[in-house]
Amino acid sequence: MADAMINLTIEGRAVSVPQGTSILEAAKTAGILIPHYCYHPGLPVAGVCRMCLVEVEKAPKLAPSCATSVAEGQVVHVHSPKALEARKGVLEMLLINHPLDCPICDQAGECELQDYTYQEGRAAGRLRDGKRFNPVEDFGGDVMYVTNRCILCTRCVRFMDDVAHDAVLNVSERGDRALIGKFEGKDLTHPWAGNVIDLCPVGALLSKDSLNKVRAWEVDRTASVCPGCSQGCNMIVETRDNMVVRLRPRPNDAVNQYFMCDQGRLDYRWMNRQDRVDVPLVRQGAALATAEWEAAIAAAASLLEGKRAHVLASPGLPNEALYLLSRLVGKTGGAGAFRVRQGEEAPLPGVPDLARRTDLAPNGRGAELLGMTRAGAPLAGMKAGDVLIVADEELAGMDAPDVAKAGAIIVIGTTLPAWARHAASVVLPITNVVEEEGTFTNLRGRVQRFRQAKSGPGFARPSWLVLADLLAALGESATYMMANDVFDALAASHPEFAGMSYDALGLKGALVKSAAAGATA
Amino acid sequence: MGYPHKPHDRETTVLSKYFGDAEAITLAGWKQRGGYAALEKALGMSPAEIVAVVKESGLRGRGGAGFPTGVKWSFMKLDDGKPHYLCCNADESEPGTFKDREIMRWTPHALIEGCAIGAYAIGAETCYIYIRGEFTEPIMRVEAALAEAYAAGILGTNAMGTGKTINIYVHRGAGAYICGEETALMNSIEGRRGNPRIKPPFPAVAGVFGQPTTINNVETLAAVPHIINNGGAWYKTFGRADNPRSTGTKLFSVCGNVQRPGNYEVPLGFPFKDFLYDLCGGPLPGRRFKAIIPGGISVPIQTVDEAEASLMDYEGFVEQGTMLGSGGVIVIDDAQNLVKQIARAARFFAHESCAQCTQCREGTSWTTRILERIVAGDGTAEDLDTLVDIADNMTGKTICVLSDSCAVPVMSGLQKFRGDFEALIKKKTVHMVPAVA
Repeated sequence: MADAMINLTIEGRAVSVPQGTSILEAAKTAGILIPHYCYHPGLPVAGVCRMCLVEVEKAPKLAPSCATSVAEGQVVHVHSPKALEARKGVLEMLLINHPLDCPICDQAGECELQDYTYQEGRAAGRLRDGKRFNPVEDFGGDVMYVTNRCILCTRCVRFMDDVAHDAVLNVSERGDRALIGKFEGKDLTHPWAGNVIDLCPVGALLSKDSLNKVRAWEVDRTASVCPGCSQGCNMIVETRDNMVVRLRPRPNDAVNQYFMCDQGRLDYRWMNRQDRVDVPLVRQGAALATAEWEAAIAAAASLLEGKRAHVLASPGLPNEALYLLSRLVGKTGGAGAFRVRQGEEAPLPGVPDLARRTDLAPNGRGAELLGMTRAGAPLAGMKAGDVLIVADEELAGMDAPDVAKAGAIIVIGTTLPAWARHAASVVLPITNVVEEEGTFTNLRGRVQRFRQAKSGPGFARPSWLVLADLLAALGESATYMMANDVFDALAASHPEFAGMSYDALGLKGALVKSAAAGATA
Repeated sequence: MGYPHKPHDRETTVLSKYFGDAEAITLAGWKQRGGYAALEKALGMSPAEIVAVVKESGLRGRGGAGFPTGVKWSFMKLDDGKPHYLCCNADESEPGTFKDREIMRWTPHALIEGCAIGAYAIGAETCYIYIRGEFTEPIMRVEAALAEAYAAGILGTNAMGTGKTINIYVHRGAGAYICGEETALMNSIEGRRGNPRIKPPFPAVAGVFGQPTTINNVETLAAVPHIINNGGAWYKTFGRADNPRSTGTKLFSVCGNVQRPGNYEVPLGFPFKDFLYDLCGGPLPGRRFKAIIPGGISVPIQTVDEAEASLMDYEGFVEQGTMLGSGGVIVIDDAQNLVKQIARAARFFAHESCAQCTQCREGTSWTTRILERIVAGDGTAEDLDTLVDIADNMTGKTICVLSDSCAVPVMSGLQKFRGDFEALIKKKTVHMVPAVA
């Protein structure tokens, strides 16, 4: 059905969508949200919650808009008295066995049951009888099930069956005794199982990790990219009082649809580390002494004067920092290399090309594109007397004789490891991935922005600013006011990134030239 | 009716002719009584010819919906290159209905013959007979009959020596009412939870295992051999002259407060008053009828006046505010607490709701809780308004009609017998009328 367009009217607005589109999705294109629970764009249609009922002119009954395809000339009323009355009825029924415990529920504030009830539900329920009760269950993994709050939308069941391909959950029992059950001997231990928590529209499936931690209305939300592996899942960083409290997936059809893996989701505590290096340090004899930024940059520049820089870069650094590091390598005639920590691949079978990747770093592809060499022993190429710049990396695992060749060591990082106290000549503190703005290039060549979610500690500065200052001190032209200025310079000098800008990347990112050519070929 | 009573003079025994006749159960006995002549004849016809005869007969689905069988069969596109399936719905789970049970107990070969003809007519090589799990005896009888039919070469890859393949399997249900709903039945056959599916796609497009499927009731299929043997015109002679839309005979299962409960077979259009008082013997001594449910618990309750004015066919019952349904006649007399009966019906639906749709899952149970509270003497006037509102929310808004079915006795009860509810709320007991005689 190649692109046959169907024209219809929804709430008086003319809508034109491809044949086969549901009324619910068609309404979205006109900016109309039809209330719904069981429908989720990343899951097969179930049509069971009956919340998305709308009135279609000339149809005998109200239509479930998630399961009804658009038809030419259809006239749809979302907020007609008949449709509103039906949804009001559904809402009342969803609440009769619900404990109404919003004040102690983690979902409160981001609960679709709460939202729609306030929006179009009854002011008071009419149930005079007792409520059905079931105890809370541990579903394994990070998930707990508060049975009484469940509305049986079956999103979790369908996610495990049709997306994770790991049948763990089911609907057990019938009638209003029904609840989500686990198959005998199974637990939600699939590496992507935590997504059922986000999919649950109510407070039934909760994360043990974030249980009772914050209220939904207390957090700030920032668009970011998961730094856990080279997949580059889009995510939202939730912070309260400058602390990251939760990571959640952010939809991007081209990368992760609506999902992120449990490892990425739960790996955020390091972002809140308190043992940070937060002032520039310069060696004075046996000890490192605090210094003004100008003094520290000058000290680093003087170390590099007439020397080759050997850069040990982290593949977790943004493109902006890697670009400036590669310029530093070029300026001094040195070399840049990086290594990538390896993990086990964990695919999400229901989504094409989505997996937690073996490369446990977000920007290995970017590092390569910007001239860094991927190597198992990234110091092997260092020549005696070179200045070793350790950029957000560790020396652990490096050969001691290789390290010993360094004439001096400049540490650019977020923490001060023990070895650096003795070995570093200059330490330049930088902010971490949630404290600065930048871009990563994922394994498929998609360049994606992440925003600053919290402020950095003390005098720490964004990586791109520190490196730009260092380049300027070496006589390079590198005056940038913002991260996007650095990215513009990067895009202007690297054909793979030609034409890109922060505005153009937007929330979904864009493919580098070679990847885009491959995608269309 | 036949078994357990002798047929009444005014019955027309087509399907029930051999009820109670132990010899008719076996293949040999069935053949002596003219069995499998229709299948032989049908296999010599083209599928289109069979469909035409069934269309001409005016046979309509006996499971409750009353869809014309020939038209349903004609939806199956014989040249689509896909495997077709016939499902025989022998789940018979509608409370008050026990006609299919007797067909399977006494004339299992009639069902098998009908299934075989139906399968051939829709281009299916496979037929599943889905029998409710509680029907232990009918399952035994049908399985024994199937074994006989296979052994005699009636079924299999060379059915009756024609080279055609007709395989029939018994699939035993596990006791869920909802598995009598055709799409839930298909899910159950596939080994899934018996949840009704969203339509479209309709079974004729994507049914069991995603392939074109026809689902027919036991009684419907059992009537087919008679139509093949005697012709569509013959079948049309049963029924009232002024209503050509309801033809043939129909089994009615009668239970409740009557003199002679049991199965009765009458031509469609038979006067319900005569049926109740003459065939069934009228009310128990000293009692009067209070309410009649003529087509299984899912159809609206009739007052005695409505029942006595009804003609027993699809249109006749609709004219008197109810439906023919499955033909399960439930008779309630004046010694009964009608609200308690309705509460019991609601409890049944609450127990059997598959739990998919919100209105059904929650509404059936909520309705039950209110009704049982009213019966217990703790009802309020507002409860009646709430019941109506819940019933309204449960009607026409869900995937299948279980929810609607639960609302039906409540709505019709409140419309026609509101006084009974109000009396309970005022804590009066007018229901226990002392016997007259």
